[in-house]
Amino acid sequence: MYKILKAGQLAANIYEMVVDAPRVAKRCLPGQFIIAKADEVGERIPLTICDYDREAGTITIVFQPIGASTEKFAQLKTGDSFRDFVGPLGQPSELCLESELEETKKKRILFVAGGVGTAPVYPQAKWLHEHGVDVDVIIGAKTKDLVIMEDKFKSVCGNLYITTDDGSYGRSGMVTKVIEDLHEKEGKSYDHCVAIGPMIMMKFCCLTTKKYNLKTIVSMNPIMVDGTGMCGACRVMVGDEVKFACVDGPEFDGHLIDFDAAMKRQAMYKTEEGRKLLEFREGKTHHGGCGNCGGDK
Amino acid sequence: MADVLKKVPVREQEPKVRATNFDEVCLGYNKEEAVEEAQRCLHCKNAKCVQGCPVNINIPDFIGELKEGKVEEAYKVISESSALPAICGRVCPQESQCEGKCIRGIKGEPVSIGKLERFVADWARENGIKPPAPQAKNGKKVAVIGSGPSGLTCAGDLAKLGYDVTIFEALHEPGGVLVYGIPEFRLPKLDVVAKEVENVKSLGVKIETNVIIGKSVTIDELMDEEGFEAVFIGSGAGLPMFMGIPGETAKGVFSANEYLTRNNLMKAFRDDYDTPIVHGKKVAVVGGGNVAMDAARTALRLGAEVHIIYRRSEAELPARAEEVHHAKEEGIIFDLLTNPTEILVDENDNVRGIRCIRMELGEPDASGRRRPVEIPGSEFEIEVDTVIMSLGTSPNPLISSTTIGLDVNRKKCIIADEETGKTSKDGVYAGGDAVTGAATVILAMGAGKAAAKGIHEFLSAKS
Repeated sequence: MYKILKAGQLAANIYEMVVDAPRVAKRCLPGQFIIAKADEVGERIPLTICDYDREAGTITIVFQPIGASTEKFAQLKTGDSFRDFVGPLGQPSELCLESELEETKKKRILFVAGGVGTAPVYPQAKWLHEHGVDVDVIIGAKTKDLVIMEDKFKSVCGNLYITTDDGSYGRSGMVTKVIEDLHEKEGKSYDHCVAIGPMIMMKFCCLTTKKYNLKTIVSMNPIMVDGTGMCGACRVMVGDEVKFACVDGPEFDGHLIDFDAAMKRQAMYKTEEGRKLLEFREGKTHHGGCGNCGGDK
Repeated sequence: MADVLKKVPVREQEPKVRATNFDEVCLGYNKEEAVEEAQRCLHCKNAKCVQGCPVNINIPDFIGELKEGKVEEAYKVISESSALPAICGRVCPQESQCEGKCIRGIKGEPVSIGKLERFVADWARENGIKPPAPQAKNGKKVAVIGSGPSGLTCAGDLAKLGYDVTIFEALHEPGGVLVYGIPEFRLPKLDVVAKEVENVKSLGVKIETNVIIGKSVTIDELMDEEGFEAVFIGSGAGLPMFMGIPGETAKGVFSANEYLTRNNLMKAFRDDYDTPIVHGKKVAVVGGGNVAMDAARTALRLGAEVHIIYRRSEAELPARAEEVHHAKEEGIIFDLLTNPTEILVDENDNVRGIRCIRMELGEPDASGRRRPVEIPGSEFEIEVDTVIMSLGTSPNPLISSTTIGLDVNRKKCIIADEETGKTSKDGVYAGGDAVTGAATVILAMGAGKAAAKGIHEFLSAKS
């Protein structure tokens, strides 16, 4: 069992948990992920590591409930436990490797964070800051209340640009507009970009950065089961090669990703997940009254 | 009087009934049937069956005890050589091992050794008989990586010799392929696998789940920082192979590993578990091994019409004879001498069919089997909504790539001595699929056993 030392909310529907997992905390690096399972009957859910404390032996995860299993996570409280919590999985971010530090220091780096994807950007920016590299960060959110971790970022990055879709806070518009404005109106240019957020946001970020010939790394979070390379559920087309996000990724060259195919694969279990979520929320009161889901048969 | 040339028949669930449930297919012998079958054993002096057994169980002796109805004594004989008899009795390819060598088999059917082993192990479990307690602890720590058949066997043998053994398992349940790979209807998880894992734990073996060696901790760290004097690697062959044909990343194409892991480890077939699985209506399983049979029979039980697509003929099917027989009885359709060339998809990237080509057998290849050759112009399409690729697996490079001085061969298999399991790295031993590539449970157990002996000799010489 892996105890939840602190459970809280960063925004409506965005949850943060600090979990006791010394083996993971000892070795993990920014960019890697863990797999958590709430209880005996639970699903194995991959989540990118959002912070870690080697001395305390803890890992921080941030998530937004999107299905029955993450909804179940959201109901866990401080003092509860995950039945299973395994990691670190996948490859660390190529920017957060000691061996590459000299090269990294030469680069002008831009991070683009979208929604709940803001959280996994944080450990990368923090690691780089601690190693003498200050990066620029764009945080995009739908609206003011969904902007998360602003203060934390302020202390670890160079320029912080915040934008909201509805203009209720910071700049107005999508993150792609900020990328364009920085390049075209504000005289900025970069050598390396990392975009983490919803698949659709990463897709459009990549289309935008391509215009400026800006190398862009994205973090894929496809369907997974074991997370060790065993099942192959997380296959992603990168260029003309099939890669397993769990062992080869999760970070890939965004300009080589077939996002449309990846988004279709992501939707594979949507119907099943939707049913489970309804069952979870409505419990015994859910009798399939809609006539569509077959729960009444 | 029963026909002495024939096995005492074993009771099974009716094919029509079992095709709709996940309960065990074979119901096994009762005591009367087992004792009757035991009488057929000739108790050969120079028993060929023992030579056919990768862990050298003293088969004539355990059957000898059984002849007299002494089941507990028979269990003791088996326990001297095997830690997992209830599993082996169910999943060993007996026809090519012990039973394949049985003298009875020359004129009639061999003695049903597998079913007798299963009966003895089940009886012992039901009657609360435990394997004999280990010797006094010697305080030396050994790490075992992976809790599949080779790891459990190696750990059990070392614990019996007094070692302080910890098994590290990457998944959340111990058992390896016994849990994620082999389905419930062939190997019950709670009653059989979990109980045999408990038996190994009762010898003093500790199991730490959710630890991925090479990621959570490395072998070098286990030896340098955590005080383990020797390590056995039994990490299996986990990486699925695909064909490299168009359409393989479409929705509805799964590796057999994924399909079986969802169903077996994650128990997707049960409503009370959260993990989803796609319930295909028409499913093609590509491959002809035991894993292909398991995937096909699982899909059938989830309600599909199932086709096995295999490029050679029936005689070359690598699966156990019993699995092929059961699959046919249950209504699996065998499309033999057939090879897929493309997976067909609709506009949303869902599988809508599979294009295949007919094959004929040509000259024998390196494996001695006749090589399948395409018949030009014989392409055809089968309409399916799900394709399960069951083409074999290769070892995961996670461990070899993170362990300094551990040599692997061209196929990424760890190089280990067959007699002792010794690898190129001092104190590190290996066995099972991580060394051989995908093989059987019992061969992995044999390798685990040999490595336990190798580790014991190494650590005895050291002190």
